[in-house]
Amino acid sequence: MEKLIIFLPLIAAIISGFLGKIIGNKASQITTSLFVSISALLSIYVFYDVINNDYTNNVVIAKWISSGLLDVNWSIKIDQLSSVMLVVVTLVSAIVHIYSIGYMSNDPHQPRFMSYLSLFTFAMIVLVTSDNFLQLFFGWEGVGLCSYFLIGFWFKKPPANAAAIKAFVVNRVGDFGFALGIFLVFYVFGTLNYEEVFNQVSLFTDKNLNFLGIELNAINLICFLLFIGAMGKSAQIFLHTWLPDAMEGPTPVSALIHAATMVTAGVFLIVRCSPIYEYSPIILNFITIIGMTTALFAATVALVQNDIKKIIAYSTCSQLGYMFFATGVGAYNIAMFHLFTHAFFKALLFLGSGSVIHAFNDEQDINKMGGVYKHLPYTYTLMIIGTLALTGFPLLSGFYSKDLIIEFAYLKGNVTGYFACALGIFTAFLTSIYSWRLIFKTFHGEYNNKNQPISRIHESPLVMLAPLIILAVGSMLAGFIFKDLFMGYGFFADFWKNSIFFLEPLSSEHPPQFIIYLTPILVTISIPFSYYIFLKNKSVTNILVDTNKPIYYFLKNKWYFDELYDVLFVKSSKFLGRYLWKKIDGLIIDRFGPDGLSTLFKYFSIKAVKFQSGFIYQYAFVMLIGFSLILTIIIFN
Amino acid sequence: MNFPILSSLILLPTIGGLFILFSRSSSNYNGAKYISLFISLANFFLSLYLWYVFDSNSSEFQFVEERIWLKGFINYKVGIDGISILFIILTTFITTLCIISVNSTIKYRLKDFLVAILLMETMMIGVFCSLDLVIFYLFFEAGLIPMFLIIGIWGGERRVYSAFKFFLYTLLGSVLMLVAIISIYWIAGTTDVIELYQLGIDAKYQNLLWLAFFSSFAVKTPMWPVHTWLPDAHVEAPTAGSVLLAAILLKMAGYGFIRFSIGLFPIASEYFVPLIFVLSLIAIIYTSFVALVQEDMKKLIAYSSVAHMGFVTMGIFTMTPQGIEGSIFQMISHGIISAALFLCVGVVYERMHTREISKYGGVVSVMPRYAVVFMIFTLGALGLPGTTGFIGEFLILLGTFKVNFIVATIASLGVILGAAYMLWLYRRIVFGEINNAEVKKLVDLDRSEMIILTLLAFLSILFGFYPDPLLSTTSVSVESLIDLFNMNIKIYTANTL
Repeated sequence: MEKLIIFLPLIAAIISGFLGKIIGNKASQITTSLFVSISALLSIYVFYDVINNDYTNNVVIAKWISSGLLDVNWSIKIDQLSSVMLVVVTLVSAIVHIYSIGYMSNDPHQPRFMSYLSLFTFAMIVLVTSDNFLQLFFGWEGVGLCSYFLIGFWFKKPPANAAAIKAFVVNRVGDFGFALGIFLVFYVFGTLNYEEVFNQVSLFTDKNLNFLGIELNAINLICFLLFIGAMGKSAQIFLHTWLPDAMEGPTPVSALIHAATMVTAGVFLIVRCSPIYEYSPIILNFITIIGMTTALFAATVALVQNDIKKIIAYSTCSQLGYMFFATGVGAYNIAMFHLFTHAFFKALLFLGSGSVIHAFNDEQDINKMGGVYKHLPYTYTLMIIGTLALTGFPLLSGFYSKDLIIEFAYLKGNVTGYFACALGIFTAFLTSIYSWRLIFKTFHGEYNNKNQPISRIHESPLVMLAPLIILAVGSMLAGFIFKDLFMGYGFFADFWKNSIFFLEPLSSEHPPQFIIYLTPILVTISIPFSYYIFLKNKSVTNILVDTNKPIYYFLKNKWYFDELYDVLFVKSSKFLGRYLWKKIDGLIIDRFGPDGLSTLFKYFSIKAVKFQSGFIYQYAFVMLIGFSLILTIIIFN
Repeated sequence: MNFPILSSLILLPTIGGLFILFSRSSSNYNGAKYISLFISLANFFLSLYLWYVFDSNSSEFQFVEERIWLKGFINYKVGIDGISILFIILTTFITTLCIISVNSTIKYRLKDFLVAILLMETMMIGVFCSLDLVIFYLFFEAGLIPMFLIIGIWGGERRVYSAFKFFLYTLLGSVLMLVAIISIYWIAGTTDVIELYQLGIDAKYQNLLWLAFFSSFAVKTPMWPVHTWLPDAHVEAPTAGSVLLAAILLKMAGYGFIRFSIGLFPIASEYFVPLIFVLSLIAIIYTSFVALVQEDMKKLIAYSSVAHMGFVTMGIFTMTPQGIEGSIFQMISHGIISAALFLCVGVVYERMHTREISKYGGVVSVMPRYAVVFMIFTLGALGLPGTTGFIGEFLILLGTFKVNFIVATIASLGVILGAAYMLWLYRRIVFGEINNAEVKKLVDLDRSEMIILTLLAFLSILFGFYPDPLLSTTSVSVESLIDLFNMNIKIYTANTL
């Protein structure tokens, strides 16, 4: 059955990819959606089995690489952690597949699109069910590849192509760290198999490596390098620049890959490697800092963006930051919880915004929308649900997971913990403001679109709305239902078993009351507050912008990361390349190498030719000189 | 086994070549093509049969043939182990594909062109199974001549300059190797490789001899800074020439490093590891930056070849099983992928008659099948897991990390750059709107192109997912080579203490 879960999406991708032209649009849509849906149902069954019967399994499919001591297999590992991921991946994927049937209905390359989606699903499943670091890396690059294909799906658009390459290359920077991490794991432990590695960690906590004269702890270094990989894939600050650009891809892609599944792979990696991370408190603190910085940074940028998808993209970035700082404070299960709930409401928001974009004929600027809530009643309601869930409105799913993260940050009890807790609360407030800004600007106020009359705005077809409804149900209930499971309370006591490792059990105390109540209160207050500043009295925002121009532009330009990187990496690489090519290769190596040599030979041969002038007296003269030279040498010796 | 299978492999293409050369039907171009195709195919199946009967659990040289040539001085001696056999199959395979790919692009003297390719095949196979240094040298150098002619006669506008540059570079290195081989004869009394492995060469001579061999191999690899002949040679060579050059000719040097530098001069090899690492790193990083700004498709791929071969030389001198097996794998993989990339360039070059990247754009709209196969090779070249490119690079880096993790770290940076230049190349050619009216007239792959490229794509994915047939063929031989190396080092350090 595990094999079916994995291979159904692959088969679907192959059928749709290679036979798409023959079997037609409809058939390839149905095949891919059906196969992935079956895979999703099976995953849910497996999840159920894991919960009730503690089912775990490790199937070896085939041998992959074996060289010297290295032995790596293709395998499927089912445990608590991977079963949760399986459900998230296949379920959201199935929903997005169905949604795409409607969303992409006017696209000339539908089979190709569906094929990529299924292929992505396959790669993601390979990633989460791996039992070793190398297969994980395979899936990791595989999802990156599909993301590259899907971002650049509209290959005629130059920005889409640029964004696709950017995504791939920036991810490669992360993968560079990840790969080094894998090498180091093999170097230290002599294997890449999770279990074998995790069993040995406690023996190697004192192992040091000498790096340029500095002694570094091997475990710390491994954790750091793996985290670099996670930062790339999960768009954490410094390696986040690809994610907002990735919005050039079709919206279902953004929902599946850039919100619910692929970008959470980094979080999954850290959680999977919790047996290593638990021995590296320094790196855990580092993760906390990066996570909360990202959460804050992305939220501030989201405040001033005007592209509906970019706002949600930055929001994703920010929520991923939350997940990371949850892992950083050691609350791996809570990070998984937030990952789980986030998948529902963020996919919902993306697909909802897709529905809006669809209605506005591919318009994405929220300044050119407004006042359409009556024309898009379902989309509007669903987006509201998504927004409430995201902001952590009481009793919706985001409320449970986000509050738990903030609580556990507090309970960590060290400086970074308190700091993360404070920033987490503040960011939750910002999240609420930018999310409501999006809602108010998109659906309320005046209709601002000059390209088409308001009467043309129409609700999306059922095939697009039905998936949204499933996600909305998830966004409302997932938190409440699965709270105990992820926490490991009550009936689900010790759900995680060995799949997540805690060196010391998580604190079961309760933080002070005000911490628990502060976030929901702020979140609730922010609704009327945003309503006032973004809708009722717009002069407030205008004054704010006018008085704080530098800050506004700083945020608007996303903290100038793109500009900085362009100068630092893109332009300088090209300059360096040109310099090495023209100056070193051309002017030094060739000039003094082959070209120099041939001119040298030519020079001497011309001299030699001149030498043979044919005049007897010249030859006689040379002979005379030579003769006297030899004579002199003999005499002096 | 009495049938001289290796000699047949070596001689068959020459016999075929001579037959074509002297056959009367000079006007019948197709005839010549079918004869050479038949011969190369026969040779390919023969080499597959060889692989089938080859015993990969033995570290001994197999199918050894020995014939007296100059009595008491040089014997004709050939034989193979797990390292050479893969290169032989690569040679017969790529040669066959090259002959299939030859078509209307070769406008004159097609017969002679095919003869040159077949002679090349003989020389290459000879290189990979020689067990005598003199024989090796003869094959190694003779292989230059057909290549020189291919570039010089059927090349582009600056073909004469490129051909001479190529010849000058490679010959200069080789002269030193010849001197070294003669010295070895005087020092050890034999040029028989198996005997030399057992006898060992006195440590005091090793450094000089190693350098002499190195000068020849470094040029052919090519390593920085003697790499500048490669881009020029590739740019001027006709497609089939580029393919042979990239896929097989460059591998002779890597093979030479493994078989001779490490096998014969272990102590010197150990001594020169830092030199190799530094030059390899420069090759990887430097040429990747250069590749980034190339405007000519072939030049870009040529520079990327230098970077890939940088990984190979680095991996070989880690002296770890992963490093060396990875290097062999990387060479085979590069043989498949670079051959395919040059064929891909050839495909559009034949139609558009330009290699300038900026003249293209939007090719996917008119050549969708081409876009798919080209994508697979692009991904292979940037080392995506699931393609052969990944396995090689991964094993090499894993091996290098064990020896020196700073080197491995720097080399891994090349992987980022590799992604950048390959994807950018692909994007500029294949994606985007069509701006050039010429592009609109392009026709998608024809049947023979489709067969060749799909076959290569299939192989690069197959061995990416299931590299075991290749790895298990080499592993025993590589391990025995490393054992030999370690034993030598141990004896040497024991003696010097």
